[in-house]
Amino acid sequence: MSTTTEAPDTAAAAKPKLKTSAMIASFADPGQKTSNAPFGHALVKAAQENDKIVGLTADLGKYTDMHIFAQAFPERFFQMGMAEQLLFGAAAGLAETGLVPFASTYSVFAARRAYDFLCLDAAEPNLNVNIVGGLPGLTTGYGPSHQATEDMAIFRGMPNLTIVDPCDSIDIEQAVPQLAVSEGPTYLRLLRGNVPTVLDEYDYTFELGKAKVLRGGNDVVFISSGLMTMRALQAAKALAAHNVDVAVVHTPTIKPFDAETVLKEINTDRLAVTLENHSVVGGLFETVASAVVTAGVGKRVVPVALPDQFLDAGALPTLHDRYGLAVDRIVAKVLAELG
Amino acid sequence: MPTDTVQDAPQGQTLQGQALQTAVTPERLEKISAAAYRIRHHALNMGEVQGQGYVGQALGAADMLATVYGDQLRFRAEDPHWEARDRFLLSTGHYAIGHYAALAEAGIVPVEELETYGSDDSRLPMSGMSTYTPGMEISGGSLGHGLTIAVGMALGLRYQGSSARVFNFLSDGELDEGSTWEAAMGAHHHQLGNLTAMVDINALQADGKTDTVLRTEPVTEKWESFGWYTQRVDGNDVGALLAAFDNAAAQAATVGRPSVILCDTKVGRGVPLLENREKAHFMRIEENEWQICREQLTAGYEGKASA
Repeated sequence: MSTTTEAPDTAAAAKPKLKTSAMIASFADPGQKTSNAPFGHALVKAAQENDKIVGLTADLGKYTDMHIFAQAFPERFFQMGMAEQLLFGAAAGLAETGLVPFASTYSVFAARRAYDFLCLDAAEPNLNVNIVGGLPGLTTGYGPSHQATEDMAIFRGMPNLTIVDPCDSIDIEQAVPQLAVSEGPTYLRLLRGNVPTVLDEYDYTFELGKAKVLRGGNDVVFISSGLMTMRALQAAKALAAHNVDVAVVHTPTIKPFDAETVLKEINTDRLAVTLENHSVVGGLFETVASAVVTAGVGKRVVPVALPDQFLDAGALPTLHDRYGLAVDRIVAKVLAELG
Repeated sequence: MPTDTVQDAPQGQTLQGQALQTAVTPERLEKISAAAYRIRHHALNMGEVQGQGYVGQALGAADMLATVYGDQLRFRAEDPHWEARDRFLLSTGHYAIGHYAALAEAGIVPVEELETYGSDDSRLPMSGMSTYTPGMEISGGSLGHGLTIAVGMALGLRYQGSSARVFNFLSDGELDEGSTWEAAMGAHHHQLGNLTAMVDINALQADGKTDTVLRTEPVTEKWESFGWYTQRVDGNDVGALLAAFDNAAAQAATVGRPSVILCDTKVGRGVPLLENREKAHFMRIEENEWQICREQLTAGYEGKASA
């Protein structure tokens, strides 16, 4: 059964067990403000202004919000079938003719199955191929076949590739047009369906390659990406009730990494914590650790990340709690660290 | 296997709007045979400089390369990136030695540059890469990629209203790769009549004969069942190649059936010393043998030309 190394919540055992929901479970909290299919709508908007943009998918249009684009621009949408090697080889071919393809599938298939095609056909010639990967990290309860817990670890070693891990609908809306005009290939960790809208409450705009300080704080600094920035902000509010003052730095671009901004925030007396929806191996934590060591900063960094394991199947709230991504688990970890 | 004859080719225009050549005239035959001879000669010279190389494959594929570059492709030698050019995608990166020779024959790469093949800082690396060599459209070498990229190029050119055609050169070994068949299905599904694949069937792979490594036959029936306009010819018979390319051109269309020309070739073709040597993916040739190879090649070519 469970391969978790952490103790299960015994209180939960008494309650009725949660059920694994549909393939793509929403991680929005009940009553949270959301935006529907922000990627699909952003791509349509970008395509209205740039007739070079085309869309492709490998039999997952509806599951990656690419169907919005396909409906708006049927003549600019290419269904490649359940053939991911063809999907990304053809995307490279389209880019060779001067077009700007956005090609969507699940992150597991892009990273694990089609790597060679992305690496040699898109990245080596530095083509403007935009990979759109659904279900990044732990965003489905379907188990390891669909959970791309190591996608960033796989992709970070690919030269020329830009990697973006957006937090919410605002990030996605603002990232898509920037990805379309940026040189070379990109990988977007897609959030789809009803995606939470979080960053509109902060003085924030997405800038490719930049980390942003969302809030200041004297005791702890969170360095986070993806949906974990949402959790980081929630945890910061919860920790305020414990008289712990937490700063949150959102770094949606994992590569190239904005080491300058992050190091400036880390190189203080505050407890430094990284938060990511990804394995502790090869993702944000190791990106930050590498920047810290390279700069010669003698600083301990505490990771909040998925364990180096194949994860369980189950309901997403259960799994986020089990593997430490839930707000309560983050709060408990920080309080324990602060002693 | 039966070869479609030139008589079967309908009269008309190619996708490029050129008048269709429907006769394999002695002039065309002579022109392409001479080009194939020079490509083989270049390949032997390059092999000698390196002391090694995929010479056997280059010799086997020389007639295919001479035909497509000398008779089919529309390009501007002085402007390799000319937008309206036909695209030639070398999927088999290790055939670069033959491709460089064809690029020299086409005037895209200077003949003098061929001697830099495989040397440090050369534009002509051992495995073909688009970022190094003018006229090299893709970086092949990881086999099974070329046809997937070709599908995207054909889609992209058609979407942008171009009448350029896309040619993908692949080997029978690449038929082992699942991605080749993903692309074969995709090309048929999207009705890429502007796409032509040419498969070098030399029946040899890295570990041995194709039928002992992974049986790919029946190859013709496979492509036919994937919906492609399929022809199989002797890939070392220039007349048969010209006729097959004419047939493919005659039915090329913006929207239509993709076309494949399956070419049975002989590793080392044109040089009896190598034709009769035990077949190997990477052929060893001794230092003193290069001159013998060139002499045999020239004797064979001149003998045939005078016959």
